[in-house]
Amino acid sequence: LLLILIASISRATNPPLTFTGTEIEEQVFIADTHCMNVSAGPTQKMNLFQSVTSALDNTLAGDPTAVIFGEDVAFGGVFRCTVGLRDKYGKDRVFNTPLCEQGIVGFGIGAAAAGATAIAEIQFADYIYPAFDQIVNEAAKYRYRSGNMFDCGKLTIRAPWGCVGHGSIYHSQCPEAFFTHCPGIKIVVPRGPVQAKGLLLSCIADQNPCIFFEPKILYRAAVEQVPTEAYQIPLSQAEVLQEGSDLTLVAWGTQVHVLKEVAAMAQEKLGVSCELIDLRTILPWDTETVCKSVVKTGRLLISHEAPVTGGFAAEISSTVQEECFLNLEAPISRVCGYDTPFPHIFEPFYIPDKWKCFEAVKRMINY
Amino acid sequence: MAHITSKPKQRGALRQQPFDSSAEKPQFPGASAEFIDHLEFIQPNVISGIPVYRVMDRQGQIINPSEDPKLSKEMVLNFYQKMTLLNTMDRILYESQRQGRISFYMTNYGEEGTHIGSAAALEPTDLVFGQYREAGVLMYRGFPLDLFMAQCYANADDLGKGRQMPVHYGCKDLNFVTISSPLATQLPQAAGAAYAVKRENSNRVVVCYFGEGAASEGDAHAGFNFSATLECPLIFFCRNNGYAISTPTNEQYRGDGIAARGPGYGLMSIRVDGNDVFAVYNATKEARRRAVAENQPFLIEAMTYRIGHHSTSDDSSAYRSVDEVNYWDKQDHPISRLRHYMTARDWWGEDEEKAWRKQSRKLVMEAFERAERRLKPNPELLFTDVYDEMIPPIAKQRDAMWRHIQQYKEHYPLDLYEK
Repeated sequence: LLLILIASISRATNPPLTFTGTEIEEQVFIADTHCMNVSAGPTQKMNLFQSVTSALDNTLAGDPTAVIFGEDVAFGGVFRCTVGLRDKYGKDRVFNTPLCEQGIVGFGIGAAAAGATAIAEIQFADYIYPAFDQIVNEAAKYRYRSGNMFDCGKLTIRAPWGCVGHGSIYHSQCPEAFFTHCPGIKIVVPRGPVQAKGLLLSCIADQNPCIFFEPKILYRAAVEQVPTEAYQIPLSQAEVLQEGSDLTLVAWGTQVHVLKEVAAMAQEKLGVSCELIDLRTILPWDTETVCKSVVKTGRLLISHEAPVTGGFAAEISSTVQEECFLNLEAPISRVCGYDTPFPHIFEPFYIPDKWKCFEAVKRMINY
Repeated sequence: MAHITSKPKQRGALRQQPFDSSAEKPQFPGASAEFIDHLEFIQPNVISGIPVYRVMDRQGQIINPSEDPKLSKEMVLNFYQKMTLLNTMDRILYESQRQGRISFYMTNYGEEGTHIGSAAALEPTDLVFGQYREAGVLMYRGFPLDLFMAQCYANADDLGKGRQMPVHYGCKDLNFVTISSPLATQLPQAAGAAYAVKRENSNRVVVCYFGEGAASEGDAHAGFNFSATLECPLIFFCRNNGYAISTPTNEQYRGDGIAARGPGYGLMSIRVDGNDVFAVYNATKEARRRAVAENQPFLIEAMTYRIGHHSTSDDSSAYRSVDEVNYWDKQDHPISRLRHYMTARDWWGEDEEKAWRKQSRKLVMEAFERAERRLKPNPELLFTDVYDEMIPPIAKQRDAMWRHIQQYKEHYPLDLYEK
């Protein structure tokens, strides 16, 4: 009851984002009120991009080797994540690179290997692929192949990620699945500002190369009270946002908020009690929390925007059926993007919205 | 040689004045040049392109005495001994692959001068990124024969813990970053490392070796461009040895080699005779001095010839004539040219040559035999260093492997591995 009360107050102070275009269902961001006590210090109202700036600011302040680079980061970045940092910390620490993702990541690997905390920005996750060789063949394998003589653990790559309403094929992608098949890197996706800052700071501190995907649709829409000082949220720990007994819902990033609504709908319309898990770290992922939940509920629904075939839901599904086979009351359900490129005008039909997820919940309950 | 002041001048396309439409000069932010009123294409100059700097002729005679670095006898003897020791190690390890003792090998025949000349011009703290045919750099820095062998045999002494194919050397103590197979990936990494080194104010340079084939990769373009725009103290050292496996240079590029690309990126560039160890030394020495003093990258294209096959998986008689190879082996070889220089000064003779051949062969054979007898690393090391710390899923897989091995142990070569 208390949670619902807090949530409704939060809604009042942080009105939900609605898309322009009246036929499109509204997509809501629900601010973190449930979150565990991440930090005791003073907080400030920040949206997602501001929480990223805050994390970067804390990093540059505390670590003289830290540098931030990528396309257009000097003036503040196309999503304003680096506003003010160049003026504050100097042009040798916050600088533009030429337009070349393989160069950005390669440069970052080398800087990290030489001892600098290197924070590379890729302008859109859709453009990360030229850096695929550097990430998979180099960064991920640096420590292993050198017998631990060399590593690029000080490298963090950040990229805007996910659907944004009008992003279409090349401004909406969620490429995490390509990278989960790569031992040696970590992949993290936050659901809001408080999570973003803590998880980003953990990625930066982590002594392994990390990719941090930032849901771009939440950059302005997601607003929370975020601690101004540095704090870390542990990696490889999923978070149970809401406990339940009938069905486990798993997602990361924006889709966590969709499933929050689905959980509410399931309770209201079906009397179904859902347990909601934000995976947070996609690689290495927290199998224990997810499996423990499915052992309890017997039903699992995983949802992501990325196409269903080979998407990360497949990995979760496979592991859960290995570990929890006898506990399953219904086949594991994946509500994901279709096996098509991310379309422009057809986005409302493409995305795994709350109705598709709700329908999947119904099918599972009635199995 | 001219003394360069240490404060770097402002470089790059930085406009100081506002645009002025009454001015005769072009006002475009992208280039500063004059107007031209007639149509004229710039012709690429590959016939008489960038000249090849050399100090010795093919017989080891100094051409222009003011260019002779006049290195001490001790240093020159060391050059010679390192080049020949490398050559001896190459012969023995190539043969050992033929005999099935190691799985793979790449020789350095003909390119010893590029390794030794450049390595000698660096400080031990300078960071080196290589491609795969720079073993002489590591040898010059003091990497012991035992550790070369250990890596090739992937035995328990291998610093790399047996994880990579032969010749993928690395050594943290000698500031030689571990080699990786993908080509040219090291170029933008070297730029990033140089940037970090610049910020440290440690007066170090980063050196990045690569072949003329690797220079075709996108990563090479990225490395050149980043190093120039970000003003990195970096030496790009290209070994242009005429072939990328079977692909000759006229199928690799149509311009004037790699050196000619440098100015396109804003890089100070030079082409040198890679088989002239003093030319390589002089160019690297001066590039290093200026790269550190001025925080700008340098490109050295060392022309040479790959006398050996690409690797033990290659038979180059399939794409080039024996006569061609013999020319370079007999008429223009870095080791012979240096020997002529030494014998002309009575620093070396028949007796020294015989004694050294015997001794170097003995050193290599002894290391070889030790490496042969050594066990392979413990299979635990299959699972470590994926991350800085062991993570649960990998630990689980490791445990499963050991349980499996216990059950099926007769099917696994456990006796070859440390316990």
